[in-house]
Amino acid sequence: MTSQDMAFALAGGALIGCAAGILLWFNGRIAGISGILNAALEASAHERSWRMLFLLGLIFGAFTYSLVNPGDFALRTDLGSPVLAVAGFFVGFGTRMGGGCTSGHGVCGISRLSARSMIATVTFIAAGIVTTAIVRHVLGLPT
Amino acid sequence: MNDTLRNTVSVIAGMLFGFGLALSEMINPRRVLGFLDVLGNWDPTLLFVMIGAIPVSSIAYLIVRRSQKPWLAESFQIPHRTDIDRRLVAGAAIFGIGWGIAGYCPGPVIAMFSLQWREPVIFVAAMLLGSLIYRRIQVQD
Repeated sequence: MTSQDMAFALAGGALIGCAAGILLWFNGRIAGISGILNAALEASAHERSWRMLFLLGLIFGAFTYSLVNPGDFALRTDLGSPVLAVAGFFVGFGTRMGGGCTSGHGVCGISRLSARSMIATVTFIAAGIVTTAIVRHVLGLPT
Repeated sequence: MNDTLRNTVSVIAGMLFGFGLALSEMINPRRVLGFLDVLGNWDPTLLFVMIGAIPVSSIAYLIVRRSQKPWLAESFQIPHRTDIDRRLVAGAAIFGIGWGIAGYCPGPVIAMFSLQWREPVIFVAAMLLGSLIYRRIQVQD
């Protein structure tokens, strides 16, 4: 990690914190992506629109950065489909069961000192560390 | 009128979030896996993203705690459960397994649609299926 990486990480994190703060201040909502996505597909039409717009903004914001700084990193595009599908299934099932993901628990929950979110964050990071160790170093999959 | 304003705020917040994910490279699953791969060449980027994000959103929460209601809505919709149940821990662990396999969590994989189709299409389809199946079976404590 270079010092530029570190500066970009801190600045990117600050923007994510701003986004969460704005959504809460103005709209009274938590910026938890898994919850927003689930409700965007299941809520009534009135409750759906702001969520869909938030998710479109998420894509458009990342796209804007790629225009400013194209080819910033080596993009992985070739992870095997079965591996992606299994991983996606676990993420969808687990975030629904645990009521949040990296944004909802990891950023928003920790920011309001929620004990549930702190426990969830420690748990998913620990599970991620063990899983990555097994996938990369025991199974030898090039993820 | 308020609906339009709320929707505008949502787009702006989403864009800031997506720009932040790209700037910090959390959109890149290899960076995320680099953080989780403590046996390999450990990459602390994700830690610095958290260090950047949490103080900023904490300030927002501190201000919110003193206010009656949000600027554009009737009330704050903030979870207030405090109990630690098995569902929370098991769910977080299952999420962490999926995260550790491919390096995607929900925000970055959705933002990834801006750069490629193949990986996010497969991942998000499976993610929605997993979420739907959990909702159908609703594991009880």
